[in-house]
Amino acid sequence: MWKRRRKPSDPLLRDLIEVLGPDRVTDGSAARRLYSRDGSVIEGGRAGPVCFPETTSEVVGCVQAARVHGRAFVPRGAGTGLTGGSVPCDDPVMIVTTRMNQILEIDRGRRVAWVQPGVVNLDLAHHLAGSGLHFAPDPSSQQACTIGGNVANNSGGPHCLAYGVTSAHVAAVEVVLSDGTVVVLGEEQGDSVGLDLRGAFIGGEGTLGVATKIAVRLTQDPPKVATLLLDFVEVADAATTVSAIIAAGVLPAALELMDRRVVEAVEPFVHAGYPLDAAAVLIVELDGLPGGVAHEVGLVTRIGLQGGARTVRLAADDAERDRIWKGRKSAFGAIANIRPDYYLHDTVIPRTKLAGILEEVYAIAERHDLLVMNVFHAGDGNLHPLLLFDSREPGVMEKVLAAGEEIVRASLAAGGVLSGEHGIGLEKRRFMSLQFSPEDLAAQDALRRAFDPDGIANPLKVLPTGASCGDVNALDIVPDGVWI
Amino acid sequence: MNALDIFRDAVGESGAVCIRGGGTRWTVGGLPRSGTREVVAPSGVKRHDPAEMTVSVGAATPLGDLREALRPTGQETTLEGPDGCTVGGVLAVGHSGLRRARVGALTDALLEARCIGANGRAFTAGGPTVKNVTGYDLCRLLVGSLGTLALMGEVLLRTRPAPEHAMWLEGEVEPDEVVAVCYRPSCVLWDGTTSNVCIEGYQVDVVEEASILKRLGFREVGGSPVLPPFRGRWAGNLPDGAVLEIGTGVLHQPLPADLPRVDPAVARVAGRVKVSFDPTGRLNPGRDPYREVA
Repeated sequence: MWKRRRKPSDPLLRDLIEVLGPDRVTDGSAARRLYSRDGSVIEGGRAGPVCFPETTSEVVGCVQAARVHGRAFVPRGAGTGLTGGSVPCDDPVMIVTTRMNQILEIDRGRRVAWVQPGVVNLDLAHHLAGSGLHFAPDPSSQQACTIGGNVANNSGGPHCLAYGVTSAHVAAVEVVLSDGTVVVLGEEQGDSVGLDLRGAFIGGEGTLGVATKIAVRLTQDPPKVATLLLDFVEVADAATTVSAIIAAGVLPAALELMDRRVVEAVEPFVHAGYPLDAAAVLIVELDGLPGGVAHEVGLVTRIGLQGGARTVRLAADDAERDRIWKGRKSAFGAIANIRPDYYLHDTVIPRTKLAGILEEVYAIAERHDLLVMNVFHAGDGNLHPLLLFDSREPGVMEKVLAAGEEIVRASLAAGGVLSGEHGIGLEKRRFMSLQFSPEDLAAQDALRRAFDPDGIANPLKVLPTGASCGDVNALDIVPDGVWI
Repeated sequence: MNALDIFRDAVGESGAVCIRGGGTRWTVGGLPRSGTREVVAPSGVKRHDPAEMTVSVGAATPLGDLREALRPTGQETTLEGPDGCTVGGVLAVGHSGLRRARVGALTDALLEARCIGANGRAFTAGGPTVKNVTGYDLCRLLVGSLGTLALMGEVLLRTRPAPEHAMWLEGEVEPDEVVAVCYRPSCVLWDGTTSNVCIEGYQVDVVEEASILKRLGFREVGGSPVLPPFRGRWAGNLPDGAVLEIGTGVLHQPLPADLPRVDPAVARVAGRVKVSFDPTGRLNPGRDPYREVA
């Protein structure tokens, strides 16, 4: 990778080279710039030496080197995160896990696979294809994101509605703690012995340690899958149909909503057959044994038509099903044709309030003179409004941030939460005290201090501390005295 | 004052307290130290919202009352146990039920918990929606903690559609054969000679799966077999009289199992978590989540 020509004078770098050799650590300005960002709009992070360990003991070495030299460390996977969770503050040692990309063991009998954290989610899916088993979490970034990142963010995806998010599919994690200790949290099978430290670690956004091996649970492939496409002339009807389906006792494998702008953006490329004059479409996927699936297809069709669906189309074969999903999964890419930049939000609201909140989201965007698109996991009320903009337009970022904040506040007012799957990172620290009381946050901090008493694991993330992250831009402003 | 405030005042700011549920698993993890003051959480089903698939209850609500409240909407939770045990008790002990393969692990049932911390103040873990990654996942930590980190007062639980039909079958067939032919059976038990299988879902599917199992030599039985009283963990062999849950490694055995060996490094983290949440050790002293067999 990066070759060094001369012996470094920086003692931290010397120690890291001792651990990794000269080729898998760099403090070159290009690498440090590259690893100062993630998939979010957040700029201004400052990375220290960038490390590419391949084994658990190398991660231990990196953590110990950081510790000895009084530096923090930031674990990082593919950097697809959307909240600045892996954006470094104040030159920490970057522990990049992308070279820890081995699938170590697959136990088909017990339905568990041990993987390194840098295994790409989709690579694991491809590896398991045809085995009758799969790893259920399927974030939209699955072509790039890593299993370690999924663990850090407790990631979701369209198929988490019926199957649950990452936490439900991780049996055990090997973790390097911030003191360099290696622990295995959780059990390959059954409930955790003692405290569920596994469950507490998952979703810790790299602030509780570095995951170095992960035992993922494998789920049996369903014998029958039916994918339905429903189209509506009113967004509110689509939203109301979502809760009508759930209330009828159907728990679809996936239940996604895309509004008119998304349909208009993707249909010309994907030819999924989305009606271009629809105000919204729903993708409903039902799976299981054939009899039940047939019953639920009938039920969802009836509910859809009663709820105002113009048409209900059942994918005739795998090719048609793939096209319907391709449109959903390529939505974010297609947006570049409308505006060069987007800011993707991620809040959750009670699903019965979807219709009202969508109306509010459109009104907020209009007030700020911004384009908004909605493509999201409607079945669990997980909103993903995309605010589209052109960052070259003067003053636009302020409008985008203001609109985003209004969406967050509207979601909380509707009884929702700040994040459904992207996490808090740097982006939403400043909103934490809107959802949580000082006592709630103190309890969360108690967990963090137990894992990382010295505060060197990905500091300044998740909890509002009053301290700011280096040069990170205005996103990170935490009013004084919010919570310490 | 609402029920949670009354509970908070009962817990107070000092002195050792232990929380009492239905008492059905009172000895799990050790008895509370003698002389410890007992408190009881609020009881009663507060709100069930079928379109959200959630139910909010006082932690001392008996499981029977919860089942009764959910019956009209055809939903259920993943909590298992006799009608007399409490929601809080089941969560504090943290054992997943026999139907875990279908309904998921018990730990995933808890969405939000209104708790009283060791400092006597109320705090909320988790959030009100079915999907939530806002902050640290304290709910997972509370499930199975035997009330040693905080005392749960009110909880919001995930619900799900109850199966239309359920059937238990029994046969002198190796469990591997069941797993090979069945799609996600809710439970497979093995005692060394006999498999007991629970299949659930739409009636049409259950009947179809049952016919496949019957061809293998299974016959329909009235329900779950009576399981031996103690829990253990599969360690490569089946003790005399024990029944193994296939897929979870949980043993149900006639004699108490040895306590699990815990890696000292993990025990140190757990110890720091305990001290961090309960510095004076006033919550459920005498109980230890590591002194039980999950």
